[in-house]
Amino acid sequence: MPFRLEARGQNSVLWSWLSPVIAILATLIVSTALFAAMGKPAGDALYTFVVAPASSLNGLAELGVKAAPLVLIGVGLAIGFRANVWNIGAEGQLILGAIVGGGIGLAAGDREGFWILPAMILGGAVGGALWAAIPALLKTHFNASEILTSLMLNYVAQLLLIYLVVGPWKDPEGYGFPQTRLFGDAATMPILISGTRVHLGVLAALIAVALGWLLHAKTLLGFQLRVLGQAPRAAAYAGFSGAGLTWFALLLGGALAGLAGIFEAAGPIGQLTPSISPGYGFTAIIVAFLGRLNPVGVLLGGIVLALSYLGGEQAQIALGLPKAITGIYQGVLLFFLLAADLLVGYRIRLVKRVPAGGAA
Amino acid sequence: MNEFALITSVALSVISASTPLLLAATGELVTEKSGVLNLGVEGMMLVGAIVGFAVTLGTGSAVLGVCAAALAGAAMALVFAVLTLTLLANQVATGLALTIFGIGLSALIGSGYVGQPLQPLPKLAVPGLSTLPVVGPILFGQDALVYLSFAALIAVSWFLRRSHAGLILRAVGDSHDAAHAIGYGVIKVRYLATLFGGAMCGIAGAYFSLAYTPMWAENMTSGRGWIALALVVFATWRPARLLLGAYLFGGITILQLHIQGFGIPVPSQFVSMLPYLATIVVLVAISSDRTRVRLNTPACLGRAFNAAG
Amino acid sequence: MQMKRRTFAKGLMAGAGLVAAPRLITSARAADPFKAAWIYVGPVGDFGWSYQHDVGRKAVEAALGDQVKTTYVESVPEGADAERVLRDLATAGNKIIFATSFGFWQPALKVAKQFPDVKFEHATGYKRADNLATYNIRFYEGRYIQGVIAGKMSKSGIVGYIGSVPIPEVIMGMNAFLAGMRTIRPDAKIKMVMINAWYDPGKEADAAKALIDQGADIVAQHTDSPAPLQTAHDRGIKGFGQASDMIKFAPDSQLTSSIDHWDDYYVTRVKAAMDGSWKSGDVWDGLKSGMLKMAPYTNMPDDVKALAEKTEAGIKSGEIMIFIGPMKAQDGTVKIAEGQMLDDGAIAKMDWLAEGVEGQLPK
Repeated sequence: MPFRLEARGQNSVLWSWLSPVIAILATLIVSTALFAAMGKPAGDALYTFVVAPASSLNGLAELGVKAAPLVLIGVGLAIGFRANVWNIGAEGQLILGAIVGGGIGLAAGDREGFWILPAMILGGAVGGALWAAIPALLKTHFNASEILTSLMLNYVAQLLLIYLVVGPWKDPEGYGFPQTRLFGDAATMPILISGTRVHLGVLAALIAVALGWLLHAKTLLGFQLRVLGQAPRAAAYAGFSGAGLTWFALLLGGALAGLAGIFEAAGPIGQLTPSISPGYGFTAIIVAFLGRLNPVGVLLGGIVLALSYLGGEQAQIALGLPKAITGIYQGVLLFFLLAADLLVGYRIRLVKRVPAGGAA
Repeated sequence: MNEFALITSVALSVISASTPLLLAATGELVTEKSGVLNLGVEGMMLVGAIVGFAVTLGTGSAVLGVCAAALAGAAMALVFAVLTLTLLANQVATGLALTIFGIGLSALIGSGYVGQPLQPLPKLAVPGLSTLPVVGPILFGQDALVYLSFAALIAVSWFLRRSHAGLILRAVGDSHDAAHAIGYGVIKVRYLATLFGGAMCGIAGAYFSLAYTPMWAENMTSGRGWIALALVVFATWRPARLLLGAYLFGGITILQLHIQGFGIPVPSQFVSMLPYLATIVVLVAISSDRTRVRLNTPACLGRAFNAAG
Repeated sequence: MQMKRRTFAKGLMAGAGLVAAPRLITSARAADPFKAAWIYVGPVGDFGWSYQHDVGRKAVEAALGDQVKTTYVESVPEGADAERVLRDLATAGNKIIFATSFGFWQPALKVAKQFPDVKFEHATGYKRADNLATYNIRFYEGRYIQGVIAGKMSKSGIVGYIGSVPIPEVIMGMNAFLAGMRTIRPDAKIKMVMINAWYDPGKEADAAKALIDQGADIVAQHTDSPAPLQTAHDRGIKGFGQASDMIKFAPDSQLTSSIDHWDDYYVTRVKAAMDGSWKSGDVWDGLKSGMLKMAPYTNMPDDVKALAEKTEAGIKSGEIMIFIGPMKAQDGTVKIAEGQMLDDGAIAKMDWLAEGVEGQLPK
């Protein structure tokens, strides 16, 4: 191989900002070629995927609505991943948050009361955290890998949701369709910018980023989580409780995913149905790493992914391209973004002569 | 239907539900043993499924179809390997991105193949033996990919435990620095292990489009890649346990459908939870031995390695 | 002229007009094609529900040619995203928009309010507005014919029935099937399995195998893929297709298939929207209007075929009523009394399984 990677020793601040720019430019070049191959004018790729979705107030508002659950979940997962806690179950935790918070909203019915929304939001967080407590318990007491348990619980949560909306919680006026009643006015997330769909959950995502950053950068707990992830032995010597930190990471991740669930259900959706989330719990894993496991980075990562979803819709609406193109575009974008991170930590040195049997 | 026939037929159902899981998980196990975590199983399976289908339909040869599916899976894995092993991109996120990419790519390739029928993969009947009651059809009347799933598992088990190359692969997965210091080509080993994993996932996908449900439809693997990934964790990276996990999951999936068919007075959603809950319960039961689990876990799983670093 | 405008539009998109919203391009001119759009819950490549709606969209293109420009958005999740997609389609100048899955009802209702000049149509729903119509197919008519055929063809009298999630559509289909089957075999039974997923061909095949192993010798399905029928074919028994003619997948097994035929409805409605005669309302049609078609009756003796054809004709003429008393629920309570029949409202809300169906609905 004609190049060698040399560690910078310290991450380059310049490149940490420049590398995503390079990645996005590279993506545009590739997607322009892709569009050309599909018989579309070259400029369309840029316009459709980047400009069109964000070219109006409403477009920006929708970007926020789409990014909010990804960011909310991503912040929690990033903190967990730093501590080597592999929560793959955010999707299920999101669903349980919607179920518990939504259950409170349904019980409130058409009642008025300032307490209803806070109770639902709290219920969402508790529901998500309790669902995440199962893998935490099985990990700390029975040594069962949280990767498997949290993943399997996603399916269980989805089936539980189906049971509730076709069974006991089914809307009696809903012609038997799988849905609950609509949440009452007092149980619906307020709209923050009138004329758009920007709801309380968007603000909550921003608050989560701020608090996540404080925890990450300014507290002892954040430090302990990082040490646990980087050097579990050192953490043990230092007397940090591995089990305690595992609990913390899972409960926090679960609570944030649960919040995302109740904000979606009682926000733009307005009721419980079998499809609260189009896989936010999985996409948020990408968002967490795209943000380099840093809460502020998660915010940017969430926006980039949300933009690619909105762009994909535009590609279908304005250009008549199939959704498959969006998947390929998103894949390529992520590949470039993830690969360009190399430049943050490493210098690329060209090597003139490769010694025989060198690195493959 | 008499009892023999019933047992045989249920066993055959379990085998076909378990085979794609076993094929994909066996490949992923080798990848992970080398220290590489590729979460793109679902995407590699889907690309394998459509390429296997298209080539079989186009050439009329299922052998070529399966080979093409393996190559397609390996090609997807190569993309992953270049990104994560050469360019040191994060493995977890790259794997998930590979799945998104694979779903899109397979849909694009497959758009012309929707609604086209295909002859199912032939059963390789062993003359004289395949007509025996019960054991005949189960042991001697399967299609080639079922045999391949077992052969691959046995081969991988032998390779990891007994061969010198397998020892190197495990060393690379357990401590890439030490392996590098001894002089093993860490990156080369990981490339090969990743490509093998991709090829097996491609074949698992071909099992879907050629044997399990011989057709192409978008997203036809419906999340089996995730189950295969979970099974590698379930197995604590030991091939024998992988067999247990795949057949436990496949078996209980079939069992829950039978329970529903019997008309028991429990809502079907709860019955459908059984495979997932059973996997968790069994994992809890077999994970208590902490040391043993730790010994089998590749210590460098998911960590980047840079020789010059 | 046509050519020129298109080039102009593309120039706008590609070059100087990056900031110009798509609205500019679509500002109506007299000769502009009429824009119609569809949103699908699944991929067009699912070879089932969404695929069949897209067949209908293509029929509109074929029938109206240059006069229309159609657009579709596939795999739109039934959550927060649908509202945005519908709004974007309306903003992009589409004058009639078909939302083709039940879960789109609320977004369709909201967006219809925001765009009073745009016509909306919601498949399988029940909420309407002045510019929001609903439409659906009486799938259960086809199920009844299937039941009659099964009554003649089944030896065991047990039918295996695979559903996705127990909603009224599935329940009424199952009850209609059994009603048809019991006209021939009063002891007929249905064994049902819900896969509890919207789409999973592998599990559909597994479910068919389990039902066959439990004695079913006819496979019927309310899931969309050809997998259960393929399984029936593999096991040498008979079955029914769903959504489209699946005879290619089971040449020796398919007895018939209920084909969702949206084509004519879509053409009629788009034309109505173009000439200004479009009115909101509810269309729930079946065999008579041709929204539901039966695939050729195959793999059965001539007398069964004749009976199936006679049943089809009877349903079309109104001679045969499907949900007519006496009909009992699983627990023996009379649901439709002798001489009574269910009205459409009661059919649409059906939440009870008929006597002879094994299995339980969530309460």
